[in-house]
Amino acid sequence: MNDAQTDAPELTEFLLPDLGEDIEEADVLQVLVKVGDVVVLEQPILEIETEKATLDLPSSVAGEITAIHVGVGDVIRPGDRIITVTSGVAPVPAPTPAPPEVAETEAEPESEPPPAEAPAEPAPVDEAAPEPPAPEEPAPEEPEQEQPAATSPPPPPLIEGEPDLRPVFASPSVRRLAREIGVDIRQVSGTGPGGRISDADVKRAAREAPRAGPGAQVPRIGPVELPDFAEFGPVERMPLSRLRRTIKRNMALSWHEVPHVTLEHEADITELEEVRLQFRSRAEDAGGKLTVTAVMLKIVASALKAHPQVNSSLDAETDELILKGYIHVGVAVDTPRGLVVPVIRDVGDKNIIQLSVELNDISERARNGDLTLEDFRGSSFTVTNLGGLGTSHFTPIIHHPNTAILGIGRAQRRPEWSDTHETWIPRTIMPLSFTFDHRVIDGADGARFMTWMTDAIRQPLVLALEG
Amino acid sequence: MEGAEIGGDATRVAVLGAGPGGYPAAFFAAERGLEVTLVDKAEQPGGVCLYEGCIPSKALLHAARLIRDADSAGEMGISFGEPQIDLDALRAWKDDVVGKLTGGLGLLRRQRNVSYRRGFGRIRSPNTLNVESGGEVTEVEFDALVVATGSSPAAPEALRLDSERVMDSTAALELPEIPAKLLVIGGGYIGLELGTVYAALGSEVSVVEMLPQLLPGVDRDLVRVLNRRLERDFRSIELGASVLDLQEVEEGVAATIRSADGAERCDTFDRVLIAVGRKPNSTGFGLRRRTNARIDDRGFIETDAQCRTGEPSVFAVGDVAGEPMLAHKATHEAKVAIEAICGEPSAFEPLALPAVIFTDPEVAWCGLSPGEAAALDIDAVTASFPWPALGRARAVGRVDGLTKLVIERATERVLGIQAVGAGAADLVGEGALAIELGARASDLADTIHAHPTLSESLMEAAEVFFGRSAHFIGRRGER
Repeated sequence: MNDAQTDAPELTEFLLPDLGEDIEEADVLQVLVKVGDVVVLEQPILEIETEKATLDLPSSVAGEITAIHVGVGDVIRPGDRIITVTSGVAPVPAPTPAPPEVAETEAEPESEPPPAEAPAEPAPVDEAAPEPPAPEEPAPEEPEQEQPAATSPPPPPLIEGEPDLRPVFASPSVRRLAREIGVDIRQVSGTGPGGRISDADVKRAAREAPRAGPGAQVPRIGPVELPDFAEFGPVERMPLSRLRRTIKRNMALSWHEVPHVTLEHEADITELEEVRLQFRSRAEDAGGKLTVTAVMLKIVASALKAHPQVNSSLDAETDELILKGYIHVGVAVDTPRGLVVPVIRDVGDKNIIQLSVELNDISERARNGDLTLEDFRGSSFTVTNLGGLGTSHFTPIIHHPNTAILGIGRAQRRPEWSDTHETWIPRTIMPLSFTFDHRVIDGADGARFMTWMTDAIRQPLVLALEG
Repeated sequence: MEGAEIGGDATRVAVLGAGPGGYPAAFFAAERGLEVTLVDKAEQPGGVCLYEGCIPSKALLHAARLIRDADSAGEMGISFGEPQIDLDALRAWKDDVVGKLTGGLGLLRRQRNVSYRRGFGRIRSPNTLNVESGGEVTEVEFDALVVATGSSPAAPEALRLDSERVMDSTAALELPEIPAKLLVIGGGYIGLELGTVYAALGSEVSVVEMLPQLLPGVDRDLVRVLNRRLERDFRSIELGASVLDLQEVEEGVAATIRSADGAERCDTFDRVLIAVGRKPNSTGFGLRRRTNARIDDRGFIETDAQCRTGEPSVFAVGDVAGEPMLAHKATHEAKVAIEAICGEPSAFEPLALPAVIFTDPEVAWCGLSPGEAAALDIDAVTASFPWPALGRARAVGRVDGLTKLVIERATERVLGIQAVGAGAADLVGEGALAIELGARASDLADTIHAHPTLSESLMEAAEVFFGRSAHFIGRRGER
């Protein structure tokens, strides 16, 4: 990385590190430094927008900036030069954030990295003849050392523009499937022995295609031709922001892949509201806001614990249900830039006060555009609250690859007939809209989940008993 | 385009030419319920393949093999004496083979309700063609046309001689006589196959090939094995030589031959077979003038992976649509074209297009040769298994053979097979399947192959790749 380490003045380049999460590029929204500035480690130098979030890019170099290689509006990719600094101090090796995870199914897991070769400078074997290190001879018997097939580098790309005539590693039936579902077989990476492409690989590629690149569309419904709106009056074309493009893709993907069912339930939160208002100040003391959502997070976690199949993801390829041993709940947050879904971790292990603090913090950071990529990872369920905007029931779309999402609407005071008191009494009723993946959850099971939750809301003791 | 939309139930398909590209196209289309008209000048479907190509040549090669096997039975202590050849009876037997197959196709055609127009088809427009037969012209309307007009023997201008002693492959298959001395011009597969037939029947066969190798383009290791046998069976094989002129003389045909060293001489032969290749039948029937189909400078109709020409309603398959000129390629393309006409995302994209030369020994291959793999920047290694180590080959006294695998080093997948030997033709089936399915060397090596069969050589070659063949100590270093 910053190995441009020569004589004084030491010039060090800061290159855009790997941003993880398959993020291939980012837009530069703002340059926060200028030539001549002295930057310190971790000082934000750029504001960038990726598919997932807007974030400040911290510097991994320190020194005086001699050059800035990017400008507002540039699209930058990992490895691009960002700034050059000169410094008296030895440059600190850029702590490249390690890619969070091995990109899934990139290659078969390497069994073991080959043992490191002997140290670079071999100790003189014979003190009489300290020869320079002899050029390594190819070991004559190296069958065991040979690279395992799966890890060998891919063949060199052919010259751009020329059709790739190399044989595709897939059988005719698999190639036919690829043609039928519109997948370019040459873009599919095989997971079979030696890299052979199976029909499962093709289907996976079809599912992942939407994420392949900026222009890529989710399922092919055929291009929708738009009329020339200018015929009817003045129009303006506004490019979608990166975030909006991500939302577009994810929503369409989920809508296409997942058979959605939404159940509308009503929860009586009269007592819960009393408790909530009573303890509100306590949360405030802790730095949180005891909102309905914060309380609902806790109830949702308990409900998920009691109904593990709701806290799952479907692997349609292998016909397996992936049950999560954790409860990380994504919370939909309305921001000036658009919808984002940061994640609160281990919701079941936290009390409501803690959740209220965390929710407050994450919402604020979302609105300020201060979320990091880490904040978006790993949700196993989603909660979205439109109550604040007056909505009652609605039909939320599942945050793929979760299995379900809970929509919270605006609570209302309503008269309810009480048999015990033989009169109408005011109750606070909150509409809940529960959307689930019907492949995974039957209607009756969905209803049971909701009934469990509404019972828990009405009688919080259920939480303690079963949650 | 005009006319009904291609792909609907009412699509009318016309097929021009009823060879191994045309008749399957007609049959596949009929199976899909389309209305099909098949046009050809022969009485029955079959084309060159059945009438004057694959089938009659293989029938005669079978007879030739019998003669040779009877001859070599002497080594086993069995002798039959000199063969008595009744040429008329042999010709009749061959014609009977052809007649049964073409007659069978005629039956299949009727059962599929494919309308057959015997005559010369001429394209009038992108949606009509005329069929001329005995001065009568009928019109056929179509929504899609499959051009499968095949190819004809090529004859260089210098060698054109209006003499029945100068034959092309079609004439040679008619077995007019057994010439005492036969000159074969062209050392490609047609020349060598027919040369093999005539040599077995008793002709002294001389082959003259312009290029420095028999079977130009074929893997040298295979040709070397074949060469050894042919040098025994043929009177002479001249490479890098050419025939400059042919003259009919009293005793036969005088040929002026320039050998590789530039020396010219004149030899007289009873007959001459010109087998310098085939040219596509792409002109003379209105394709170029009446449609937007394009013909390249070698005479092939330009097509895409779905066999579409530049004219949306016109498809082309088989020899006329490009090399290799092989019947099974034509048939596969016919399938692709009909699927494309039906709107399916079909494509002609074989990984292994088998090729077989039915000489004795046979030469067969499919997939990539070592050279082709290298040209594609593929790091491949070759694993060879020589037939002398093969029980079956030993048992039938034919150890003049070799089986090779081309294997990608990194993935160990099988990219190509090449084989030479008596019976090598039957190895490409397994080879093609292995390549198309993406088999790796270990898949072949770990599949149990029946003993004693020639197919064991594929398994053994795969074992050679791993340096552990039971019957052959391969060069391990080759990996």
